[in-house]
Amino acid sequence: MATRSRWQAFTRAWICGSSTEPPRISACGDATNLSVLTKVKVPSWCATIAVITLCLLPLAQLAFQLAFEDLGPDPAKLLMQSTGEWGLRGLAIVLLAAPLAQRGWRGLFRYRRVLGLSLFFYVSLHFLLFAQVYVDWSGALLVEELKERPYVLVGFSAWLALLPLTLTSTDRSRRALGRRWRQLHRLIYPATVLAWLHLFWLARSDLGEALVYGLAFAALLLWRFRRAQLRPR
Amino acid sequence: MKKRTYTDRSIASSDITPEHVFLNRRALIKASAGTMAGALSAPSIAEAEASTQSTLSFSQDADRSLVDEQTPYDAVTTYNNFYEFGTDKSDPARHAHNMTTDPWNVKVGGLISQPGSLHLEDVLSGFDLEERIYRFRCVEAWSMVVPWVGFPLAQLLKRLEPKADGKFVEFKTLFRRGEMRGTRSFTSVIDWPYREGLRMDEAMHPLALVAVGLYGKTLPNQNGAPLRLVVPWKYGFKSIKSIVEINVTAKQPKTSWQMLQPSEYGFYANVNPEVDHPRWSQRFERKLPSSIFKPNRVPTLPFNGYEEQVAGLYQGMDLRKFY
Repeated sequence: MATRSRWQAFTRAWICGSSTEPPRISACGDATNLSVLTKVKVPSWCATIAVITLCLLPLAQLAFQLAFEDLGPDPAKLLMQSTGEWGLRGLAIVLLAAPLAQRGWRGLFRYRRVLGLSLFFYVSLHFLLFAQVYVDWSGALLVEELKERPYVLVGFSAWLALLPLTLTSTDRSRRALGRRWRQLHRLIYPATVLAWLHLFWLARSDLGEALVYGLAFAALLLWRFRRAQLRPR
Repeated sequence: MKKRTYTDRSIASSDITPEHVFLNRRALIKASAGTMAGALSAPSIAEAEASTQSTLSFSQDADRSLVDEQTPYDAVTTYNNFYEFGTDKSDPARHAHNMTTDPWNVKVGGLISQPGSLHLEDVLSGFDLEERIYRFRCVEAWSMVVPWVGFPLAQLLKRLEPKADGKFVEFKTLFRRGEMRGTRSFTSVIDWPYREGLRMDEAMHPLALVAVGLYGKTLPNQNGAPLRLVVPWKYGFKSIKSIVEINVTAKQPKTSWQMLQPSEYGFYANVNPEVDHPRWSQRFERKLPSSIFKPNRVPTLPFNGYEEQVAGLYQGMDLRKFY
């Protein structure tokens, strides 16, 4: 019993995100929200499963298209593009969680872990496809690609930066790491910058996509930077 | 003005699309677009389009064709780089139908005997069409095998009578903002129109082809209708599409990709597995159609397999320097 309540308290702390300070919420808006939530009482695991399902929808669509040969003559390229884009979108969504929570909507914030793991999943698929289609699982070729093509190196570094975040995503690791967990998880910022650089370097003649993601990431990172400055030391 | 029809010589009258079928084209496209949303059984865009391309008559040039498995028509006509219509591979097939290809004029100029503007019919008249099955290697490390229908570029150039100091040939693609959505992109850094060029001896090489069709039919718009270049020993971007201008010049002309990124794209752009592109290793290629579990990854050949025929053009040149 005792362990359970501690676990619950801990989970709440994790969910409420002590890492970004409990968001200040406007009183009336939140009161109504909460009353709705208490009335409906959806078990939290149901909601989690729903979020996981949502996160897997793009994968399901791609798998469906793959199975029905709806990806054109070069499915590998399309899948790489698509999984990479979902990785970028995932980063943007995860980074959006805290600012939205501060404004009173905690929908994303509550599921940061699921969102983070999902985005890592898409980025890993992206990397696996590269290994399968472009380097044919040859270590020597991979090293050559990393050495000669900066965009590959930068993308790979982004994946490497996200790896420890995934490995320490369990409650147990978080408990074990304590304060250092939060410091470690700031790796998402360099990962985001590297991921964007990867996209930017890949642009050949049209910078539109790189521009859109660049503006989104810049806004999201700037928000954090300003917050960190405003926070009393 | 006297107008000769291009179909006179090259297309048997029995092969000409009957008018009612031709007029049905729009209805057909509309119908397929309408049903596409819901029904899985609707014909693909490529199928609908295949029936709208008219059939050409031509001879087979077995000497200059490969014995290799040809890339399916669907793949050749739905997976294209034609940035005037967007940068995605599927954009040209979706949007190139907006391009008007009739009437079509080609401006010929520079160091030739009679500069001027020619109707497409006049450009093509007098040439016998032949089918050539060529490897097509994109700088993005994918490749296809395409049965083109066309005639040697040398024949056209000879008719233009280049002057002695004409050392290069410059080509330009149609640039019509209203019909080409890719050129309207605010974030595109390409300086339209798209341009390409060849050295005169390259242009006169018997393998260099002016294509007007593929798979026995006229070119679909996304493949560069109504006429395009096919230079099989060079990366695909050299094989400029939808040509509206041909100039013979004394100096090496500027080419679009080279203007954009000279460190990545050279003027020669010969397929060379030994010279890597900063973005893609050129040692291998995915021969399309490819799949996840069987990527169909094969080694790339020097000069795309045409070394024997064209290596002589580059004797004594450092191909690492002149990439």
